[in-house]
Amino acid sequence: MKEPTVRVQKIRRDSVKTRLIVFGILAVLLLVVSVFSEYLTPCDPYLQDLTIAKAPPSAEHLLGTDRYGRDMLSRVIVGSRTSIFSTLLLVAVITVLGTAIGVFCGWHGKWVDTVLMRLSDMFLAFPGLVFALAVAGVLGGGLHNAIIALAAISWPKYARIARSQTLAQKETAYIKAAKLAGSGAGKIICKHILPNIIGPILVTSMLDIGTMMMELAGLSFLGLGAKPPIAEWGSMMSDTRSLMNTAPWITFAPGVAIFISVMIFNLLGDTIRDYADPRNRGR
Amino acid sequence: MEPVLKVEDLTKVFSRSGQQDFTAVDHISFELMPGECLGIIGESGSGKTTVVNMVTRLLDATQGRIVLDGEDITHSKGAQLRKAYQKMQMVFQTPTDSFDPRCTLGDGIGESLRNHGMSAGETQKRVEQLLQMCGLPTEFASRYPHQVSGGQCQRAAIARALAIQPKLLICDEATSSLDVTVQKEVLALLSELRGQQGTGLSILFICHDIALVQEFCDRVLVLYHGDIVEQGIPDDVIQNPQNEYTKRLINSIL
Repeated sequence: MKEPTVRVQKIRRDSVKTRLIVFGILAVLLLVVSVFSEYLTPCDPYLQDLTIAKAPPSAEHLLGTDRYGRDMLSRVIVGSRTSIFSTLLLVAVITVLGTAIGVFCGWHGKWVDTVLMRLSDMFLAFPGLVFALAVAGVLGGGLHNAIIALAAISWPKYARIARSQTLAQKETAYIKAAKLAGSGAGKIICKHILPNIIGPILVTSMLDIGTMMMELAGLSFLGLGAKPPIAEWGSMMSDTRSLMNTAPWITFAPGVAIFISVMIFNLLGDTIRDYADPRNRGR
Repeated sequence: MEPVLKVEDLTKVFSRSGQQDFTAVDHISFELMPGECLGIIGESGSGKTTVVNMVTRLLDATQGRIVLDGEDITHSKGAQLRKAYQKMQMVFQTPTDSFDPRCTLGDGIGESLRNHGMSAGETQKRVEQLLQMCGLPTEFASRYPHQVSGGQCQRAAIARALAIQPKLLICDEATSSLDVTVQKEVLALLSELRGQQGTGLSILFICHDIALVQEFCDRVLVLYHGDIVEQGIPDDVIQNPQNEYTKRLINSIL
């Protein structure tokens, strides 16, 4: 009677592991491509040739050309660097910063908590992109400032999640047991609280990769992010949306690239959450 | 003989803005002698857990003094409090919840040893000893709390509490969430440990089951609405209850 249960659980455990490996490889592949993007392009992504402008996909230009006759495939490949790296950097910054603030507020409580949480309320109440525009306006355009602007308005979400999770953890019997074992605040936070709250935070940040990619694109479109002619997926889509009817491939190519990379990171996030939980690792 | 734990005039008032103050524990005093087992019984809401939380300093007392082994710990913090925890440990009501779901039982049991400067290798050996002492196989050190039963987990919790050889063991409803047969086993284990340690281990046994207290404790306090309404040797209290509430409590079982 015992054998069937064992088998079912083994299969489940293996499938999480397989998923982790598959999505891990895909994500790494994406990163490798973006790092070495300059060497992987079939044509020069910045070379304009107006004689072949808006050419549909062909053997020579697999994804067609844009309105200046630049090869779309090359531009999508080169664009991966700006898009993926700046997005990952942004998400990493807000995740770490927001979580640190949230855990600190939840653990410490008292006036620090009140001050920081009211501050985060202020940021949440502000229309996000407008604030980002203001920051980018003050600091000037450019990708770096766009990242700073978006980080400034995005951390409260993570702080809120981390704070509420920390508050819930603080009341559990095992945190009390850790206190009785003589563990200090730092050790309790690193060893017991963070591993138990990181799951939902990680999933949120993985889901945010897509949103942030689009918001960076939005700022780029307004001229406050990546500056032309730098290839960046978001601005490539925004720039060419007027050509949707006549030359749809110009908009679709970066769109599909965003879709695929967002999906890979989302699935990876889900899988990491499943794998990190010992309760899913077989009984 | 100096008492291990001396509680004087201990009071806890919960106050919330807009609501009337609620006195959970009302000026109670008691002493616990070395090697003694003191039971505290009372219905839910009588203040048992509040007393325990104040004694273990997980909750600040509104008024009163807590003296552990000659040292006043009523307001101690940080390093001083960590020192106090070397003398006082607790077994919680819900065994599975008292272990971090992401750490193995061995990590949990060894945490206090590691915090007090024992090396990883030594800790591992000591954890295995402790597990055996509490009637669990040594491979349980690498199991997660969800992989063992409630009774096994409570044995591991007792092993954890005894790891740094405390003078005072507090059992907050330690047997309440276990089924009757496992309850018996855990009590037998506690009795055995008491027998081994002699006057080295005193137990504060919080319970709502008067039968268990009669079986296990040397002395009993009956707590009702945050006040000690009766105290004495369990047999005397049960056979000849003086207080109205104690009479009701005993009648409800018989």
